[in-house]
Amino acid sequence: MTHFLSFAIPGIPYGFVYALVAVGLVLTYKTSGVFNMAFAAQAYVSAAIYYGAVSQHHLSKWVGFVLAVVVAGPALGYVLDRLLFRHMRTAPTVVKLITGLGLLIGIPSIVQFFWPGQHQNPPSLSPKPNAVYHFGSYHIDGNQLVVIVAVLVVMAGLGVLFRFTALGLKMRAVVESPRMVELAGINADRVSSFAWMLSGFLAALAGVLLAPYYANIDATNFIALLVAAIAAAVFAGLASLPLALAGGLFLGIFQQVLTGYLPLNSIWATALRPSFPFIVLVLLLLFWPLVRRRREAGDPLAGVDPPPPALAASLRGATLDRLTTIIFPIFIVAYIGITLFLVPTHWLFLLTQGIVYATIFLSITALTGMSGQISLCQASFAGLGAFTAGQLATEFNINVIVALLIGGAVAAAAGALVAIPTLRLRGLYLALATLAFALLASNLLFPQSWLGNGDTGVNVPRPPGFNGNRAFFLLAMAVFAVCAVVVILVRKGTVGRYLSAMRGSQVAAETIGINPARAKITIFALSAGIAGVGGAMFGSLQGTTSGGDYNVFFSILWIVLVLTTGVRTVEGAVNAGIALVLVPELLSDLGGTSVFSFLGNRVTALSFFLFGIGALTYAKHPEGAVEFNKRRSLLWIAAWLDRRAGREPTAGVADAATLARGQAPALELSGDGQAVADGPAPVVPERSPHPGGP
Amino acid sequence: MALLRASGISKRFGGVVALSELSIGVEAGEAVGLVGPNGAGKTTLFNCLLGILRPDTGTVTFDGHDLSRMPVYRRARLGIGRTFQRIELFTEMTARDHLLVAERARRGNGAMWKDLLNRGDPTTDEQVRAAAVLSLLGIDDVADLPVEALSLGHGRLVELGRALITEPRLLLLDEPSSGLDRMESLALAQVLGRVQQERGTAILLVEHDLEMVERCVTRLCVLELGQLIADGPTATVMGDANVRRAYLGEAV
Ligand SMILES: Nc1ncnc2c1ncn2[C@@H]1O[C@H](COP(=O)(O)OP(=O)(O)OP(=O)(O)O)[C@@H](O)[C@H]1O
Ligand SMILES: [Mg+2]
Repeated sequence: MTHFLSFAIPGIPYGFVYALVAVGLVLTYKTSGVFNMAFAAQAYVSAAIYYGAVSQHHLSKWVGFVLAVVVAGPALGYVLDRLLFRHMRTAPTVVKLITGLGLLIGIPSIVQFFWPGQHQNPPSLSPKPNAVYHFGSYHIDGNQLVVIVAVLVVMAGLGVLFRFTALGLKMRAVVESPRMVELAGINADRVSSFAWMLSGFLAALAGVLLAPYYANIDATNFIALLVAAIAAAVFAGLASLPLALAGGLFLGIFQQVLTGYLPLNSIWATALRPSFPFIVLVLLLLFWPLVRRRREAGDPLAGVDPPPPALAASLRGATLDRLTTIIFPIFIVAYIGITLFLVPTHWLFLLTQGIVYATIFLSITALTGMSGQISLCQASFAGLGAFTAGQLATEFNINVIVALLIGGAVAAAAGALVAIPTLRLRGLYLALATLAFALLASNLLFPQSWLGNGDTGVNVPRPPGFNGNRAFFLLAMAVFAVCAVVVILVRKGTVGRYLSAMRGSQVAAETIGINPARAKITIFALSAGIAGVGGAMFGSLQGTTSGGDYNVFFSILWIVLVLTTGVRTVEGAVNAGIALVLVPELLSDLGGTSVFSFLGNRVTALSFFLFGIGALTYAKHPEGAVEFNKRRSLLWIAAWLDRRAGREPTAGVADAATLARGQAPALELSGDGQAVADGPAPVVPERSPHPGGP
Repeated sequence: MALLRASGISKRFGGVVALSELSIGVEAGEAVGLVGPNGAGKTTLFNCLLGILRPDTGTVTFDGHDLSRMPVYRRARLGIGRTFQRIELFTEMTARDHLLVAERARRGNGAMWKDLLNRGDPTTDEQVRAAAVLSLLGIDDVADLPVEALSLGHGRLVELGRALITEPRLLLLDEPSSGLDRMESLALAQVLGRVQQERGTAILLVEHDLEMVERCVTRLCVLELGQLIADGPTATVMGDANVRRAYLGEAV
């Protein structure tokens, strides 16, 4: 017991902070329908502000606290609600998720931009962080004390708020059933504003309280915090505030207690303990009855929601499709020509990297583009492919090309292994599970010497005959082309059509005899396999590669980027790949000029900020902003050519245009193409006469 | 031996008892109506029959097979088709695509290697079957529009076609005429009659429109609060005093 307590007590502060974050997550999830992935970013911002105020500007801790927690936290929450999330209440899950993930990338990057460099030794809120307080045979330090006191005060405050104030009661009501509350005439917008401010405050407090536990203020640490809190929130069925609290507390304490019972300094202690929340999250998602029941029952009034907007029909049409398929090969040929003959070596490398990234991104085109599901562990599959290929080639002297293929196969097997336990999960829950898998891969698998070999990494040689940069570029192009053809064939084939049916309506797909498990495992394996091959190519291009190249941050960045450029098309993957290498390069060239010299070491931050913020366009353009603009310009050019020739609009453009002119779709369905609806499809029961109809 | 036999089905949602110890059977080729007030548990029964929901107790057998542990798609391939009360279409697909994908799925084909050899496209045979069903339902002229552009009535017909092309031996229809006007309902009743007579498809029809029910079915079951309160020839059940009080009284 003594042993247990001596480990449990240091766990209490962690547990309290997890609980804070979990409560914040549930609060916004229930009041606005948004599972706020940006929560970690909010915590990060306040931790950075507190650091700046106290450590850099030497303000008093009180002033720092007020600035970071009382002002910045709620303000950021309010802004997010006002500008973004309030308008997304009925948007498809994927849209909300991607917006949050974009912010998770974008917000820390903007902080990094204004404030580059490392922020080491974050200060504690406590005036005497190192003081030791004894009680009985146990003791805690000043920092732990301040965490415990602060959280207890906040929890008491929340208790009073929810129990005794009108606003608190309304919020509780909204948490119970948002639809019911609107029917009762409560202004849900006001409630949600307040909830976001409150949760912004909780995020800020959590960030400032937890920062001293880290060596420096780093966005990745806060993602890990977020995942632990997500586990607690899932424990609460994403619904109950007291359960979220209890879950957070338990998790924090048990994580510390584990330390006491795991052999010291073994791989178990160093790798398993930090991963404990991720394992718990996976187990909860798979087995926790509250998660399963929620999916079956749901809000009985959920059907009242208006359906999400349909994919812009104006930009579809056979002619338009044909135009884009003609332009794309021209583009690729030009790309190859320029790369091979016109550019210096440095750019040859960059453009090769762009196409290798595009190969990896095809895995997202395959999975998300066809099934509409979001996986946040694509980078882990890429890493698995790279490390497998590298180990086989260097340790076993296997031909590198063969090693690349085996790397892809191993990644595909891993994809199937991830898909099998998560078969029942969709939308948000699947994204969360894959997030946990990504963290597990980074923490448990990639550090192993037989795989990723920790920070040292693994050598991945270039295949014999492809040592030259131009030769390797051509190989990268060929690999990309093969993967692209595979994606296209599968998409128009049976598997692609099954997946398309399933994203339209999973129940209906099952009732015509589609085996959803098989389709899902197939596409996960295919996608992971492509990511693995792409990852192996990436490693081979770099020469050596380590786990840091494939952490969860990249998974998130990549998916955000691909969804922004267009997840439905091979072109989208290419655009994303090129953007990922060219944007930082162009910015740093810009930084080389005297006017923009301030860019200096801020280039990466600025590019990530741009990529993250780009995701905000996703809500409006689920087909991808780049794809949207390309098609719109094509339409415009076609119309312009026609006008010059004095012709009526051409047939193809006309058919798109008619659709655009709003033969207002009478049937609006739950899937907007990107949608992962959480319930059965509601239908607008009004009909418009159709030209072909009776 | 009944084609479909459900016995002792119970299903609760939290405190709500949606179905309690319900037993119902459908003979091969028979058309049965299932009526009851809102919230009686009709849709829940369909979901339990197909395995979309797992009943708390009870068993379902179809054509001698015990369905209890069978996933939805295998029940479908055994020959149970259904339509949905709240329409469930595959967004982004045309009506024809709906039928083609259903025709492919019922045979359980779907190996990726065929796609990779570019052999995943619909076969001529599949095209012919789809065209036949489209013209049976009279929706050939809108067959190649994306379903978002269709009216609700056409949407329901697409759902019906998607179920019919799998050549089910039992068709579960959940309020197929809601949202349709009178002419469309009459046409629908006619199609159902033809399907039942020509193909020998058994039908279990949930419907609030009693005229439609009388037109389509020979046997009528009445559900109230998750329990069967009447089961017999349509005319007899319609005359039953209990039924009139529980259901018709409310409907008038
Ligand atoms: N997923 C669910 N979660 C919670 N309760 C449910 C769910 N589905 C149905 N119910 C409840 O079960 C009961 C039966 O519902 P069901 O939809 O089966 O009725 P129904 O007979 O089809 O009604 P209607 O004529 O309105 O379609 C209702 O009280 C309903 O509220
Ligand atoms: Mg119903």
